[in-house]
Amino acid sequence: MTEIAKVNTLLDDMVQALQSELQTRKISDPLMIGIHSGGVWVARELHKKLGIRDDLGELNITFYRDDFTRIGMHPQVTPSNLPFAVDDRHIILVDDVLHTGRTIRAALNEIFDYGRPASVILAALVVRSGKELPICADIAGSLLDLKEGQHIKLNGPDPLSLELQEGK
Amino acid sequence: MGIHIKGGHLIDPANQVDKKSDVFIEDGKVTGIGKAPAGFKADTTIDASGKTVMPGIIDLQARFREPGLEHKATIASETRAAAASGITTLCLPPDTTPILDTPAVVELIHRKNEAAGFAEILPLGALTKGLAGDELSEMYELKQAGCVGVTNARYPVAHTLVMRRAMEYAANFELTIFLKPEDHSLTKGGCAHEGRISTRLGLPSVPEAAETMAVARLLMLVEQTGVKAHFCQLSSAKAVQMIHRAQHDGLPVSADVASHHLYLSDMDIGYFDANCHVMPPLRDQRDRDGLRAGLLNGTISAICSDHQPHELDAKLAPFCESEPGMSTLDTLLPLSLRLADEIDISTSQVIACLTQHPARILGLPIGQLGLGYQADICIYDPEAHWTVSPDTLVSQGKNSPFMNWELKGQVSHTLLAGQVVFQR
Amino acid sequence: MKNQDIQLDSQGRLRHFLTIEGLKKPVLTDILDTAENFSTVGTRNVKKVPLLRGKTIANLFFEPSTRTRTTFELAAKRLSADVINMNISTSSTTKGETLLDMLRNLEAMHCDMFVVRHGSSGAAHFFAKHVAPHISIINGGDGSHAHPTQGMLDMFTIRRHKPDFTALRVAVVGDILHSRVARSQIHALNTLGVPEVRVIGPRTLIPAEPDSLGVHVYHDMKEGLKDVDVVIMLRLQRERMQGALLPSENEYYRTYGLSREKLALAKPDAIVMHPGPINRGVEIESAVADGPQSVILEQVTNGIAVRMAVMSMVLGRPGDEQEAG
Repeated sequence: MTEIAKVNTLLDDMVQALQSELQTRKISDPLMIGIHSGGVWVARELHKKLGIRDDLGELNITFYRDDFTRIGMHPQVTPSNLPFAVDDRHIILVDDVLHTGRTIRAALNEIFDYGRPASVILAALVVRSGKELPICADIAGSLLDLKEGQHIKLNGPDPLSLELQEGK
Repeated sequence: MGIHIKGGHLIDPANQVDKKSDVFIEDGKVTGIGKAPAGFKADTTIDASGKTVMPGIIDLQARFREPGLEHKATIASETRAAAASGITTLCLPPDTTPILDTPAVVELIHRKNEAAGFAEILPLGALTKGLAGDELSEMYELKQAGCVGVTNARYPVAHTLVMRRAMEYAANFELTIFLKPEDHSLTKGGCAHEGRISTRLGLPSVPEAAETMAVARLLMLVEQTGVKAHFCQLSSAKAVQMIHRAQHDGLPVSADVASHHLYLSDMDIGYFDANCHVMPPLRDQRDRDGLRAGLLNGTISAICSDHQPHELDAKLAPFCESEPGMSTLDTLLPLSLRLADEIDISTSQVIACLTQHPARILGLPIGQLGLGYQADICIYDPEAHWTVSPDTLVSQGKNSPFMNWELKGQVSHTLLAGQVVFQR
Repeated sequence: MKNQDIQLDSQGRLRHFLTIEGLKKPVLTDILDTAENFSTVGTRNVKKVPLLRGKTIANLFFEPSTRTRTTFELAAKRLSADVINMNISTSSTTKGETLLDMLRNLEAMHCDMFVVRHGSSGAAHFFAKHVAPHISIINGGDGSHAHPTQGMLDMFTIRRHKPDFTALRVAVVGDILHSRVARSQIHALNTLGVPEVRVIGPRTLIPAEPDSLGVHVYHDMKEGLKDVDVVIMLRLQRERMQGALLPSENEYYRTYGLSREKLALAKPDAIVMHPGPINRGVEIESAVADGPQSVILEQVTNGIAVRMAVMSMVLGRPGDEQEAG
């Protein structure tokens, strides 16, 4: 168990990077969607700091997972809540840790079942090694090269802290 | 040809015997009890030590499915099962195909049985032609051909006048009428006892009144006609009370119960066990207790199997759509014996309900082992345990509701007229 | 054990859904919570989630029913499952042999789930007992026995309007004798902790020993409706009537039909439910069926989410497959 970085510092870096990315892409009024649950915590901070007009959207990708038959149905999940129409809007999709890319694959599928966004920017607090799908973050708080069996976990929501776990 | 049954405990209720006693048989008849008759020579000795020796069981109701439904079972297969269960005499109801309403069908059955030869079959003739409930059958002819009584089985005689005439006519030839009490308009479509179980499972139900209404109607007619009547397979406590009262009033009525009704109730249907689909239906615990009480006070004097073997497919359907009936020959004796452990009845009294009493109902000189009587004998090991399974059931019908029950008492030898027809 | 619940797997999860009877409260609550999650799917642009992609569900209807079949079909499709609909006339399957033959044939097509509707009580249990172990059975209504998904969608609808089951008085009105819906509702209401469940109907349409179901019986509708929070009207199952059960529809309406006048005896905020299809002017007045207290159309909508929940719970049981771990 090691604490590896101050989350606040990473968030500040992400806000800056996002602002410049939005400027480059000439996007003025983006939407933000956090992926349940760590991604929502991160998104709340970014949403506040960026002063985004629309409410934050929350995505629960349970129904879109590719390992459903192995993990089964958990009735206590909070359902996805996108309090806006996504059609023709620019979306910032936020997750805490980008690892294999499977969560993002599921999240993109779900977003597209709500409508057809103009673009999606992916922002992750941590991007770690172990990619399995051709999915990259546009904005990354930090890049971590982890050994097999190591996991990075976001504790939260208040305060947010990252924790490195050694696998079994 | 002498047979010496040696060292067994003899129970012969008709002769008030209940002690260790040897039995000696010559020419198919009992010629000695306790000590050998003069000049007896044993060609065969059966070691019955540790076992019980009793008269062969008389089953007042069993179906063989032959003639007509040989894919379910045959006379050969079921009389073999009877022999393996200590049953030497069985009454066959007339709902065969063709219906047993002419001497020719009686003849056919006797011929088939002679070829098999494992048990004696006593046919019951049809009360009405084709069991249709309209016209009287030729009862005199049927009696001459060997029918020991008449019955309309489970078929309705809707018209009370027809039933009255049938009773009068049967009485005319001193034929006992076997009555399966059922008001068909109340039974219609039902397949389970009307009560909390049918309510819970949403099964079309048969009210108690389907039986008691019929008993009341029939008792009135018995009183008027004076026919000797036997009520078959009572299922409700109320009906037992009604018969009890009638007997008390001096009516010539007797009654039997099927062994499964003494053990099972509608609770055993569980979640739609088709093997518990039977007619009359399994009723509730109070009825089961009422039937047991009727046995204790003598209202019900005989226990029968009401054996109805089925092929596998007959029960492979949702409860009500499965065919009713249970395969019960194999379990008749051990279930009856078990009563002595559960209620205040002696083994000897139980055996009387399987031998002496049914013989009396039939009016035949069988069911006992007095000197000169036919040597129909059942020898069983009272301590042998066995488990009911498709493999242990000898009957071709594997539709037993007692599957996986562990039972005590297993037949080791069965003799029919002095011939060993079964030994284990 | 004869009464072992065959609808649960070794870990106590739903393996089949045959009846509500015997299920514990947490299982019912799980179904309702899961359905709550699915209820938003129908309002989206793409009304579909990929949860059961690659699974095949066969609707086996031995009894005609357009509505129930359609909602099962829609639920399966919204979960991205493939659906086969089979309407089987009972005349062609009077023998158990052919019923099982048909089952074997469908198994050979690698189906994962059968939704069974059949006119005979116990049919769903019969299928569950004889089906290959990898196939799940959902009871879409069997005889007068059970209609568990209907029962659960009714609970879902009630919970949306009256979240606390333990504070409710519920009346079920009509043909209780032949109603599989009523039986499932009664089991669900009792399990979820409703303190007072009433049934109201003429003696000819109330089964024997009704108290054993855990209900209070009323034969006078005006008395039975007094101060109830929920009124559930049952369809008058005319097709199942035999013998002399009722003199006329007209008299039935006057005695047990839900009119505005009778509804006024219930609590002012009472909701009115009906499993449909409605016989207007027989069991319910049009003004009530279409009135502000009626939630009948919501029931239809909710039926899809509840069936999605049951299907996904039954088919998504980790550890039940070989590759689990």
